[in-house]
Amino acid sequence: MLILLRYLITIIGISLYWHQVFADPQQDVKDYQQYYQQRFPNLSLQDYANGAYALDEKAKLNWLDIEEFPPYEQEIDQGSELFNTPFANGQSYASCFENGGIAIAQNYPYWDKKQQSVITLPLAINQCREKNQEPVLGYDSFDMLALTAYLAYTARGQTINIQIPEQDTKALAAYQQGKDYYFTRRGQLNFSCSHCHYQYPGYKLRSELLSPALGHTSHWPVYRAKWGGLGSLHRRFRGCHRQIKAKPEPQQCENYRNLEYFLSHMSNGIKLNGPSYRK
Amino acid sequence: MPHFILVLILFLSTSIQASADDAIAMGKQLAFSQNKGNCLACHQIADGLMPGNIGPPLVRMKQRFQTKQQLQQQIWDASIKNPNTIMPPFGRNHLLTEQEIQMIVEFLWSL
Ligand code: HEC
Ligand code: HEC
Repeated sequence: MLILLRYLITIIGISLYWHQVFADPQQDVKDYQQYYQQRFPNLSLQDYANGAYALDEKAKLNWLDIEEFPPYEQEIDQGSELFNTPFANGQSYASCFENGGIAIAQNYPYWDKKQQSVITLPLAINQCREKNQEPVLGYDSFDMLALTAYLAYTARGQTINIQIPEQDTKALAAYQQGKDYYFTRRGQLNFSCSHCHYQYPGYKLRSELLSPALGHTSHWPVYRAKWGGLGSLHRRFRGCHRQIKAKPEPQQCENYRNLEYFLSHMSNGIKLNGPSYRK
Repeated sequence: MPHFILVLILFLSTSIQASADDAIAMGKQLAFSQNKGNCLACHQIADGLMPGNIGPPLVRMKQRFQTKQQLQQQIWDASIKNPNTIMPPFGRNHLLTEQEIQMIVEFLWSL
């Protein structure tokens, strides 16, 4: 009996896997956004940029108060200054980015054909530095967070627009890996990301209201009192991994970049509103 | 002599009662503790502050489970009953020892 059950589960597992291998990113976006819309009929797509606050009117009002005089204002200014200071070789950050880096965050992460890899905004900043013989920055360093905060700020109101070049099988595979990662259980507590942010958004984990995955990438870096300052999206991934007693991975590792690729693509159509404050 | 036996029986019965109460109290502590069961993350339980609501409230366990053994299995590995469950497999993944789960069962059985 048990063996039969196992057999059945394996078959279901394989067929699910099969289904995922041939998944279609365009169809995925439709399916996910429709799923959340059915789940929360009162929310508009844009509301998802507000994370858990979209689901809690009272918390949202408090949050909007904080965003009036945000604790990350200084970082934006300093980020602007850093961004506009030439490197030792006389070149600038602007030379590395389209439109001089202004209002471009909505296109990140993107699939880089030459590097055959997903490139996120923080990684692009470090690659720009390397290209100009500057030492790379730590992903939790003040300079990196200030720079990404500034670039996010210039892109406020831009619409997330992640492309998956489907004719490129490697790009599709990276997307697929990110998606699989999202739905895979891990850690001693045996959770997948999808358990908390796909299956149970709107429910409470102790006193924490769980946010939907839709919109998760719209507002980074984030200022948290718990962090005593700004932190990156990948830092948040690490935190969620710790929560489920799974081993956190290094920021900007391939797994996290592919995960970000999948998550950002899911949020296509949402307007950026970073940097932001979160509890 | 009969006196002695009576005293002995009395003594034994109170100490058994006491150890059952102990197990219930300890089970409660284990269930509530953030770095042990942390059951309140998902379940409302009498006396528990700020519970989550991912799982059903834990009430009237004797009506929900026919035996303590079945209750024990739900905590040991919830995926036996529901392969898609979000409830962590506390026994299977060594989050709690068998003994600790036993005490939590005693506590829940008393609800
Ligand atoms: C056990 C539950 C749980 C799991 C599993 C989990 N998270 Fe979270 N996550 C939370 C909680 C609680 C918060 C804080 C409240 C909120 O915004 O949802 C959070 C917040 C986040 C945020 C910030 C949301 C925002 O609006 O700024 C992101 C992004 C995130 N999680 C991604 C992930 C990813 C990716 C995974 C898997 C690698 C994951 N989470 C797994 C519980 C979880
Ligand atoms: C992350 C969420 C989560 C945590 C933590 C959790 N549970 Fe659960 N629990 C659930 C869910 C969801 C169910 C519903 C049935 C299922 O999916 O297995 C459940 C069901 C149960 C049931 C069956 C209830 C009924 O009436 O059928 C019992 C008993 C139970 N849990 C006990 C516990 C105990 C004891 C702990 C802590 C040691 C605990 N749970 C921790 C999510 C959780």
